Amino acid sequence: MNCDEFVELVTAYLEGALPPETEQRFVEHLAECDGCDRYLDQIRTTVDALGRLPAQRLAPEARDRLLAAFRDWPTG
Amino acid sequence: MSSRGPALRRDEATFAALIDAWSPGMLRSARAYVADDHTAQDVVQETWLGVLRGIDGFQQRSSLRTWVYRILVNKAKTRGVRDARTVPGLGVVDCEDHGPTVDPARFRGADDPYPGHWRSSPAAWPSPEDGAVAAETRWQLAAALAGLPARQRVVVTLRDIAAHSSEEVCELLSISAANQRVLLHRGRAALRAALERHWVKEAM
Repeated sequence: MNCDEFVELVTAYLEGALPPETEQRFVEHLAECDGCDRYLDQIRTTVDALGRLPAQRLAPEARDRLLAAFRDWPTG
Repeated sequence: MSSRGPALRRDEATFAALIDAWSPGMLRSARAYVADDHTAQDVVQETWLGVLRGIDGFQQRSSLRTWVYRILVNKAKTRGVRDARTVPGLGVVDCEDHGPTVDPARFRGADDPYPGHWRSSPAAWPSPEDGAVAAETRWQLAAALAGLPARQRVVVTLRDIAAHSSEEVCELLSISAANQRVLLHRGRAALRAALERHWVKEAM
């Protein structure tokens, strides 16, 4: 496998969606290529950082309005 | 999870807990469709009202969370259209979905003994264990995310920020698994490239 093929397969690899034969070639290439090892690592770092973006909160007034709406909602 | 529907209808504490737990991811997801944070707040508020309105009809075929997000996506889409910030049909494959995600100039040419291999490996990034690096990474990522093509932004947000599974995203957006993966792949690769550009520039 070449590096330019490897970089286009990282998402399918991380999703567990590669056919077994391709996955084997992918993993073999990963074991012997420092550049692709780093590329995959940086993709993982990117995904991990996306999960850590600062949480945005619903405005407290909006939350209060929703809870008031809940209390006043006609029960079926 | 699936038994939460009826409980939510009766119990204010459950409703409040869901609002607190899910609104942050919903705000990010709404923001992928609409132009500003204020509108995203509106969309999430409208979504929760829609949840109250519809909860009695909630069929437990999908998880409650997926059902809530479907309301969110519909409202965000409508709002995005009204504000002329349309996310083009998610199932349509266009020019943004083709071609290499890494600049071909990074790889050796056909006349090289190692064609298709890195000319030089991607440069190392500073460690994200460093708090200042982590903060800078998040800042750069948020900016790069806003600059992604809309369909990639929506899929990356739902998958990597709001933590939905690929199956859930396909269901929410009515796209195929292959299409979902292409959009996720291109979005993630573009975000990695943006971080790389930033750290390379910083190192110079």
